[in-house]
Amino acid sequence: MSGVNRISGAGRLTPARSARFTFDGRTLTALEGDTVASALIANDIHLVGRSFKYHRPRGILSAGAEEPNALLDVARDAARRQPNVRATVQEVFDGMKVSSQNRWPSLAFDIGGFNDLLSPFFAAGFYYKTFMWPKAAWHKLYEPFIRRAAGLGVAPTEADPDHYSSRYVHCDVLVVGAGIAGLAAALAAAKAGAKVILCDEQPGVGGALHYDSGTVIDGKPGYDWAQATGKALAAMDNVTLLTRTTAFGYYNHNFVGLVERVTDHLASPEKSLPRERLWQVRAKKVILANGAIERHMVFANNDRPGIMLASAGRTYLNHFGVAVGKRVGVYTAHDSAYEAAFDLKKAGVTVAAIVDCREKPGEAVLAKARELGIEVLAGHSVVNTTGKLRIASINVARNGGGASRKIAVDALLVSAGWTPSVHLFSQSRGKVKFDASTERFLPGTYAQECLSVGACNGTDDLQATIDEALAAGELAARAAGAEGGAQVTLTGRNAFEWTGGMHGAAEGAGADTTVKAFIDFQHDVCAKDIRLAVREGMHSIEHIKRFTTNGMASDQGKLSNMHGLAIAAEALGKEIPAVGLTTFRQPYTPVTFGTIVSHSRGSLFDPARKTPMHAWEEAHGAEFEDVGNWKRAWFYPQAGEDMHEAVARECKTVRDVAGVFDASTLGKIEVVGPDAAKFLNLMYTNAWDNLKPGRCRYGIMLREDGFIYDDGVVGRMAEDRFHVTTTTGGAPRVLQHMEDYLQTEFPHLKVWLTSTTEQWAVIAVQGPKAREIIAPLVEGIDLSNGAFPHMSVAEGKICGVPTRLFRMSFTGELGFEVNVPADYGQAVWEAIWARAEPMGACAYGTETMHVLRAEKGYIIVGQDTDGTVTPHDAGLSWAVSKKKPDFVGIRGLTRPDLVKEGRKQLVGLLTKDPKVVLEEGAQIVADPNEPKPMTMLGHVTSSYWSSNCGRSIALALVAGGQARLGQTLYVPMADRTIAVEVSDMVFFDKEGGRLHG
Amino acid sequence: MLLIYCPYCEEERSELEFRNGGDAHIARPTNMAEISDEEFEAYFFLRDNPKGVIFERWRHVHGCGRFFNAARDTISDRFLTTYKAGEPKPDLNEKPKTGAEVETYEALEGAAQ
Amino acid sequence: MADQAIATRNVPLAGRRGGSPAAILTPADPASRIALRAGAEAVSALSAALGVTLPVRPKTSASTGRRHALWLGPDEWLVIDEDNADLMAAAASSGVVHSAVDVSHRNTAVIVSGPGAEVAINSGCPQDLSLAIFPVGACSRTIFGKAEIVLFRTAEDTFRVECWRSFSPFVFGLLSEGAEDAAY
Repeated sequence: MSGVNRISGAGRLTPARSARFTFDGRTLTALEGDTVASALIANDIHLVGRSFKYHRPRGILSAGAEEPNALLDVARDAARRQPNVRATVQEVFDGMKVSSQNRWPSLAFDIGGFNDLLSPFFAAGFYYKTFMWPKAAWHKLYEPFIRRAAGLGVAPTEADPDHYSSRYVHCDVLVVGAGIAGLAAALAAAKAGAKVILCDEQPGVGGALHYDSGTVIDGKPGYDWAQATGKALAAMDNVTLLTRTTAFGYYNHNFVGLVERVTDHLASPEKSLPRERLWQVRAKKVILANGAIERHMVFANNDRPGIMLASAGRTYLNHFGVAVGKRVGVYTAHDSAYEAAFDLKKAGVTVAAIVDCREKPGEAVLAKARELGIEVLAGHSVVNTTGKLRIASINVARNGGGASRKIAVDALLVSAGWTPSVHLFSQSRGKVKFDASTERFLPGTYAQECLSVGACNGTDDLQATIDEALAAGELAARAAGAEGGAQVTLTGRNAFEWTGGMHGAAEGAGADTTVKAFIDFQHDVCAKDIRLAVREGMHSIEHIKRFTTNGMASDQGKLSNMHGLAIAAEALGKEIPAVGLTTFRQPYTPVTFGTIVSHSRGSLFDPARKTPMHAWEEAHGAEFEDVGNWKRAWFYPQAGEDMHEAVARECKTVRDVAGVFDASTLGKIEVVGPDAAKFLNLMYTNAWDNLKPGRCRYGIMLREDGFIYDDGVVGRMAEDRFHVTTTTGGAPRVLQHMEDYLQTEFPHLKVWLTSTTEQWAVIAVQGPKAREIIAPLVEGIDLSNGAFPHMSVAEGKICGVPTRLFRMSFTGELGFEVNVPADYGQAVWEAIWARAEPMGACAYGTETMHVLRAEKGYIIVGQDTDGTVTPHDAGLSWAVSKKKPDFVGIRGLTRPDLVKEGRKQLVGLLTKDPKVVLEEGAQIVADPNEPKPMTMLGHVTSSYWSSNCGRSIALALVAGGQARLGQTLYVPMADRTIAVEVSDMVFFDKEGGRLHG
Repeated sequence: MLLIYCPYCEEERSELEFRNGGDAHIARPTNMAEISDEEFEAYFFLRDNPKGVIFERWRHVHGCGRFFNAARDTISDRFLTTYKAGEPKPDLNEKPKTGAEVETYEALEGAAQ
Repeated sequence: MADQAIATRNVPLAGRRGGSPAAILTPADPASRIALRAGAEAVSALSAALGVTLPVRPKTSASTGRRHALWLGPDEWLVIDEDNADLMAAAASSGVVHSAVDVSHRNTAVIVSGPGAEVAINSGCPQDLSLAIFPVGACSRTIFGKAEIVLFRTAEDTFRVECWRSFSPFVFGLLSEGAEDAAY
């Protein structure tokens, strides 16, 4: 037997198919298809957790996604453990381990329960008031206490071993919710020929028909009709039916996120299956058929285990075959709860009484109750409950006062009516309207291409729901362009028409009371907390929400919002619509990080871009650094070397012999067309007309405001063709910047831009022996100084493959940059290395490149500049043409602030003690004894140990720096003050003779 | 995620393929070197940041690569129209090319009868 | 120089195979490619010179044998020659103003083939790839996860996915996951 409360012959599960699971270590039996909640109730377990703030015993309140109480820790194994799982949604699988949360030492005896006694201190807003003072106590005392006390589950510590997938999909009509309305709408849309996606968060279709017992559609019992319709839809080529799939977010332009739970219900899922799949749907039309959520009654001690929504009690009985108790009471303000009593009574369960706070319940249900012999106490209310870990009795009193009568119960089904689910509609930025006659918010003004049908649209009558859904399905299909198909008609009838409903506190929990009548179970917010918030001056529902935290838990107040609103409205003396509704946000229910991340983890988190020579570099022991998405060889430590030693050796070797460097990541743009030079004239500060084919020039690019944007060497390959290089990190934005100007400001120019960054592998060979190394490999280019001087470029062959060979240098040495088509990069590198290594040359990485260029005072854009540095500030005035009538940044450069005296300028710094290496970013002052706050003159931008200079070197931005050459300044550090002398920026080979070697 | 009609690709595409380019119809002065500080400030720094319709530039950077202009409602994110770079600012009182009126359920219900 | 061995070519994704029965992934053989830019007035001369009609409608391509011209933008085409012909020389012979840039080594390609090819690519590509919207011969530059690709449908169940070489391991990896998911 799968639990003592399982009723033979009731429900829709198959008794032969059972599953075993544990709850807090106790082994229990369930049926296949059970949720954790139904299985626990079947085993007569209602107490499943402790509340968030007061640690009150809590049970299972609902049978669906709205559950605020029954949050459990569900584990498949140590790594596959998830906290805060709603027991009402999670299906049982064989072998699952379920644990209660937020209790210590045990669920039945929880020491945190003292919080309930201390509750006067935990009133609404207590965080803001109680823990204000003393400040120092916050970290040591208050925060750890709050974190321990007000906990939900504990996050797993192991990495998630599952994988998650994601896909984009397009459809004509997305139908959210596969209840009566959703199925009818999907059927009509599909028959009209539209491409339809129908999704539902439950394992099967049917929606409210899961709890229903008397509805007939198309001549069949409602649930059977739903199953048949679901089957028919799933068989259609133009329909995708997704169950266990929640539409969690409605975003712009009909973009809807669905999460499909693929394996969470399986005992041993195939490894290749994703745990969850994210469907990123773009729908031409969306039909919202989300249904409605039943509200609980707000009365004193309404949170004891065993108290649950009436529809949930029906679901457990009619779908799962489980009685929620042996002696069940009903407390309601709505006719629907009567049907729960009828079903229980028919199943042989004792119904203690139906307590109806209305004087006049619906006549049909009243008559039926009489017929079944169920006592109905109309005009009565439940004013209190008893029971420590489960409800034991209810105190019932006539409305308006008088003696109360105690009725023993072991479960109480409650209903205050139904709240249309306008969550997704609200997410779509639709505006809700308040329907005064039924006192509910309904979809009002639509902001996107969507329609609401059925209960979420406030349509109560079954036939009206069906007709509305069929019409919407067909209209949506037609509007999306579908042209085929036959019209669908369906008839349906309910067992009973429903009336009634109320919001806010019931009798005995009203304005003059201080009882604990919960409205938000997950955040332990009571009716009196809302009133306190109003008394404390919160008049906006947004403020009341934040002050009380009502509706701010992970259930987003699916049960509590309307109650909170009604109580606030009453306290404020306003109508409900005048108080306003808070906005619903995505996601509708919590979504795992795994699904949000989906494929983007591990090697797919971000592309790791590797150069054609990467494998060689790896094989030769290179350490790599990330530059943008690129992996760049940083330095090549030899046996026993640390980074400092390796870089010192590489620096020395390049200047003494030569070095080989992978410069492939430099951005490259081919600028081609008859107006290419004209265009570059506008994009760079330099002039390009006079650059002859075969020659190169260092160029500076500004933004319009006059600040340096990028730099690089540009080679002219032909009259109409330039080979532009950019910084590694700047490649994409420089191309974007150039395209922007070309397309929108200078569209008359005949020139086109093409990224060639990845077409070319670039091997820099730098040092006195550079020419000797490459000369025998090169064909068709005279490498002599006379024929191929510094800043030349030529096309020829190297190692038998085409090359664009640059004579240029970022080291100050004789240097070449060998560009070859990328697939040849590694082979040409190896050929160069085969010549270089025997000569004593080294391979060097980006760190050595940085030191060598700093020794020569060459700047790195983004390191020595920060978006507020002009060419003049950087000592590059020579690169700014004074003859050109226009270039980007020409006007910016003459802005008053940019020509002002005393701007920060790039200079060199030499520490008085040559062994001291400054910290990059360190601040610079003139007077080390000035009281704080000191006048900061600037900061260190680049700082290295230079083995070639035998001392430290640094570059810095210093106010009025170029006028301070020779001055002593100070760099105050935490433990000492370092004296420095301002110098020019060139530390090595000041005459620059080595370039021309 | 927005759906943007590219006037060059003649198709609606996901926002992922596009990059916003700030306000449209701000022409770079042809006599740039001569403009006053105030003119430069107005050209480069000052923007309206309207609540409502904005004319803005987009680039279909991961598509056709073209810059184009759009009129978008900054409240609803609805695109009133998109048009090619260089075309004049459209008159929004004319019937928009894209972004038809949203059909409310009530309107559809009326149409159904 | 005569004793100098000609450098060998190392192609990205060499030796990689992957996918699932639903979508098989195969790295494409090396091909010659040019990024071609030209105004409307040059289209016919370039078409004649290249031996393939440059398409002028968005999202369309034209093929002559194993040479394909893909519309990428109103003045932009990707021309691919699977037989590694000299496309730069062919374009130059047109005698009209244009920009041709050799991108044979910048790009590489993965062939995605099988009934789940659409789903595999939709794991990272937000475009509607249904046959009605993206028919055989359709092509588009688009986004695939965090990489830019050029997508070219060569048959109902086959796509050529072009990407830059350093992005190819990422593209192949994401396609592999998409292909696996497409099998379910």
